[in-house]
Amino acid sequence: MLAKKNTNHKTNNHNTYNHENDAACGLHCIKINDISVKAGEQVIIDKVDLHIHCGKVTAIIGRNGAGKTTLIKAILGEIKHSGHIEFMDLKDKTMGNLKIGYVPQYVNIEKNTPMSVYDLFAGYVSNTPVFFKKSKKIYEFIKEQLSTFDAGDLIDKRACDLSGGELQRVLLAIAITPIPNLLLLDEPASGIDRNGMELFYNNIQKLKDNYDLAMIVISHDFEFVRKYADHVILLDKTILKEGSFEEVRQCEDFKKVFGGRLDGYSI
Amino acid sequence: MGTLYEIMEKLLPFSWIEYNFMKNALLAIIIITPLFGILGTMVVNNRMAFFSDALGHSALTGIAVGTIFGISDTNISMVLYAIIFALLLNFIKRRKTLSTDTVISVFSSFSMAIGLMILSRGGNFSRYSSLLLGDILSITVREIGLLCIIFLITLAYWFLSFNRLHSVGVNVSLARSKNIKSSLMEDSFSILIALIVMLSIKWIGILIINALLILPAAASRNIASNMREYHLFSVLIAIFSGINGLILSYYMGTATGPTVVIIAAILFFITLFLNPTKSK
Repeated sequence: MLAKKNTNHKTNNHNTYNHENDAACGLHCIKINDISVKAGEQVIIDKVDLHIHCGKVTAIIGRNGAGKTTLIKAILGEIKHSGHIEFMDLKDKTMGNLKIGYVPQYVNIEKNTPMSVYDLFAGYVSNTPVFFKKSKKIYEFIKEQLSTFDAGDLIDKRACDLSGGELQRVLLAIAITPIPNLLLLDEPASGIDRNGMELFYNNIQKLKDNYDLAMIVISHDFEFVRKYADHVILLDKTILKEGSFEEVRQCEDFKKVFGGRLDGYSI
Repeated sequence: MGTLYEIMEKLLPFSWIEYNFMKNALLAIIIITPLFGILGTMVVNNRMAFFSDALGHSALTGIAVGTIFGISDTNISMVLYAIIFALLLNFIKRRKTLSTDTVISVFSSFSMAIGLMILSRGGNFSRYSSLLLGDILSITVREIGLLCIIFLITLAYWFLSFNRLHSVGVNVSLARSKNIKSSLMEDSFSILIALIVMLSIKWIGILIINALLILPAAASRNIASNMREYHLFSVLIAIFSGINGLILSYYMGTATGPTVVIIAAILFFITLFLNPTKSK
């Protein structure tokens, strides 16, 4: 269970295939083929195809109710869907087992819940029951994982006392332990203040630079999308338009959905 | 059993311990209350208080359905019915067509009405009214043995699956992304609650069994800051309320169940007052 960071030596192995970042080899590809979701007669997601490479950030944008979260949950396997997901290693053409990391939109932790960040984290990575004893080894391991996102000193705090940004960083650390092939982030910036946002963007960049994984991010924040997304998808039940942010921004559908909302952004 | 009785008499130089029914009751309390203290932590965390309440109420229906099918052992009919009832509730809850509390409310009232209708046929309901209050003083040695087995099952379950159960309680989608089978965890935990509630309902009583499940954990939440403290305080509060409730009820001539619950409730209010984070 304790998958240590192994990106460093991977980097060296694949230097020859280097794309724009060091850690991602660019040779893992995830094909999401023909995903559709229906609720009774109503079609929520209609035949979505996605093709994603490691080291890339794919941003999904769209109006409220466009099915963004549903698509993420379908990829997670939580919602019944048609179509299938393939994970391929282009190096040796083998099909791998796709490991997915997930950062939820929000986690509802009631006030007064007696759960420290250690408890929360250890629940996912340890077999030692967290009510029974605190394992020194796992404590150190978790602390190290948390420090990736400058959250090491949160380990003994109660999870319900954390700010939105702090909880976000903890969840991010949980999502990449062990390191997944695909990281799904559902509106990760909601509930974070301006300062936390800055830190969060840095963390996304950190993930891009240091880990061999692909990211799908649902976002309403065009500043983020413009700066960090390699590929942008405008979704409304199905893919209306995809490409770079500039390309998507120019299309009619984008203007229809977001209208004047862009004025606030200096693009 | 004889030697255990002797030890208890030596250790506890009180007049009430001379009666064998009090010794049995004390043993039963010592087994049941920590069990409830442990289970309560996750019932409260996973917001299942209403669910366990409905489960307790289904005991009467279990007995009623048992009489129709000619099952003479009420333990078996209660447990079977409660498990089916719990799994059905979980199944409907997951379809997400109605909110959880509505689903539980509808099914709980429906099920209880069926039970009451069957049991009240011919004006015989008074035979079952002892179940409402419970009577721990009537517990037998064999039944204490049964509680011991349940106790061991619960401990084993807790050690093997607590982390996963806890993760499902935090966020289902997140747990699923970590390959935790959320439905399996929910169902197995529900079955465990059904088993324990049904096998102790005769001694605690339908009306207050949920209080005993919820109060120690709720009181513990007021003062605990992590999972280890949460469990420790919850178990201690449960045992303390149980033993003192039993002794107090002996001297005051009251029913044991409600006396235990009152002590637990008082502890809840004390801890609420002590709550270290409230001052922030």
